[in-house]
Amino acid sequence: MAEKVLMIALSPTMEEGTIVAWHKKKGERVESGDVLCEVETDKATMDYESTQSGVLLEILKKEGEKARVGEVIAVLGEEGEDISSLLSEISAAAEETPKAGSEPDRPPAVEAPSPKEEPGPQGAQGRVAGGGVEDLRGRAALEVPPPAGRVKASPLARKRARELGVDLRLVRGSGPGGRVTVRDVEEAAKAGPAASPAASGGPRRLAGGREPVTPMRAAIARRLSESKRTAPHFTLTVKVRADRLLTLREQVNEGRQERLSFNAFLMKLAAEALVRHPQILSSWEGEAIRYFDTVDIGLAVALPGGLITPVVRSCEYKTVEEIDRELKDLIARAREGGLSPEEYTGAGFTISNLGSYGITEFTAIINPPASAILAVGAVTTEPVWEGGGVVPARVVRLTLSCDHRTIDGAVGAAFMAGLARYVEEPGRALV
Amino acid sequence: MARDERVFLMGEEVGEYDGAYKVSRGLLVKYGPKRVIDTPISELGFTGIGIGAAIAGLRPVVEWMTHNFAILAMDQVINNAAKMRHMSGGQLKVPIVFRGPNGPAEYLSSQHSQSLAAFWMHVPGLKVVAPATPYDAKGLLKSAIRDDDPVVMLEAELMYAWEGEVPEEEYLVPIGKADIKRPGKDVSVITYSKPLKVVMEAAKVLEERGVDVEVVDLRSLRPLDTETIFSSVRKTHRAVVVDEAWPMCGPASFVAWAVGKACFDDLDAQVEIVTSEDVPMPYNHTLELAVQSSVEKVVAAVSRVLYLE
Repeated sequence: MAEKVLMIALSPTMEEGTIVAWHKKKGERVESGDVLCEVETDKATMDYESTQSGVLLEILKKEGEKARVGEVIAVLGEEGEDISSLLSEISAAAEETPKAGSEPDRPPAVEAPSPKEEPGPQGAQGRVAGGGVEDLRGRAALEVPPPAGRVKASPLARKRARELGVDLRLVRGSGPGGRVTVRDVEEAAKAGPAASPAASGGPRRLAGGREPVTPMRAAIARRLSESKRTAPHFTLTVKVRADRLLTLREQVNEGRQERLSFNAFLMKLAAEALVRHPQILSSWEGEAIRYFDTVDIGLAVALPGGLITPVVRSCEYKTVEEIDRELKDLIARAREGGLSPEEYTGAGFTISNLGSYGITEFTAIINPPASAILAVGAVTTEPVWEGGGVVPARVVRLTLSCDHRTIDGAVGAAFMAGLARYVEEPGRALV
Repeated sequence: MARDERVFLMGEEVGEYDGAYKVSRGLLVKYGPKRVIDTPISELGFTGIGIGAAIAGLRPVVEWMTHNFAILAMDQVINNAAKMRHMSGGQLKVPIVFRGPNGPAEYLSSQHSQSLAAFWMHVPGLKVVAPATPYDAKGLLKSAIRDDDPVVMLEAELMYAWEGEVPEEEYLVPIGKADIKRPGKDVSVITYSKPLKVVMEAAKVLEERGVDVEVVDLRSLRPLDTETIFSSVRKTHRAVVVDEAWPMCGPASFVAWAVGKACFDDLDAQVEIVTSEDVPMPYNHTLELAVQSSVEKVVAAVSRVLYLE
């Protein structure tokens, strides 16, 4: 019997996807696990593997067309099967639901029960959805594990993309399975700044004009405005002396080939402070506050086309060296667009460090589902009153943005006091 | 032989019969039975005698009726010819040439129709050359005879009938230097010996489809001219290696690995190999042709690396 093939959420935040290419033709046999098509999500272009078997009787969303999660993109069934009534049912349903992309703020059109009617831990088809109040998109993502979001590109294309400053994730590949070739990269570079933010040269006049929003930029815009709008932010700033921490780092790095980063030390100290102030590791879920049971910390990393927060899991159990090694790997792969969704989502706490740009102090927007984000400024040498005189000291300003629904001022302040002590006297974190 | 009286030829039917494939035609009359020596059917024995003569200061050319029979002489070649210089700390040298037909022929079945290039190429201490044109054959044979190390020369049986320009005058083709037989910009097809013909025909077919093939003729399998191979691949960014040996641990596999390793960042596609199928040679002629590399197989492999399929 003919079955509808629905657009599924291929990333946790995906609401709609664009069909980049169909790998199966109408009339072709599809086995469960075959790549049916490629879908450009808000994060990357991913393979859509069929969970059903049958003959591809109809393709309802052509290449280049968008489909919301839950929308019918194709019909599978037996060869020669009459699907006219199913098709008219699908087109009638489509008329009732808004067109993809027309009203981005409305919830996705889906056939499964809405999450409001079914708030318990049972997900669609009776599967346990995990967090309890996961929305339907989250459940779909659990049911169909998304393939790794690595961009398929030839080694030469990767090298050329680095040279030209082209973001590979924004390049459409013409090779097999969408592999990006060097020609695709060079054409993308020629096409302009959408894919090549670093391209330069020519007369000293800015290009101007309009640039279509990439799925990644759209996801950043949506998530951050949602966070800023719904989470009542307040911020706490503390100026701390970093002399001892910096000296410790210098000592530890002496003679090491791979130098441990300042961020890895900060993550470790933050993890120690979070263990002692677990209320910070919380998430507002409307009817409940969820408390995380591991210290998973995200680090905001700037990419040519936006930003991503790779997550180091269970920092409380890891050494600075382990955190540093993981961070370096995650950051390197993030820059190549090679992180899978589980590697950049679900952090209970986030750190954003703009110190390398010379920014001394700033506030950051909370990265949901976390309730707090730590903004780290540059280390500066400043005169400090000490022992009856003024001495030069290296200081850093830390600003915590908190969601007031889960974190009250005093709770946030206590955490910051704890963190400040660890930064000023890192040895305390050992005790 | 005229230039250096230390050079002599030995092998089965090289004298009275003028060579099993007439390669030594007229040499017995010209140089006499002391320098053109017919041997009994005893590969291990006469190969060993040749190696001994080389160590003693002569420059023998040992002809194997085919490389298939040379399998019997492998112990002498691998353990003595290839290693004496190393094991004597440079005190002994073995200036010998082993030559004879190699590779698939016609109607000779599994034991007499196979490419054994990898067996020799595998051994440090040996040099291995494989000409694909009459011009290169003359130049490489002269270089091989003048070389102070043992050189194995692979001559494809079916190539003996090929014609081509060969200057009368003296010239040498250096060992270890590949040759670009056809310049092109879209894909490097790397080959050696007899398959060169198939590759050149495939290049013509591909040219009609707008694909500009660069053909690299290795000529020397050991040492391998990686500089020419890599610079070609770095220009075209795509590579297909064509070989008439089997695929596993064969010359093509080695070249493909070397290209993948050295040119990783310059490749725009996977490296493909076209070899004989991984089976003993069938006697049936249709199957005999089907298991070997062909124009169609080369065109298909090039199309794969160009993503035209």
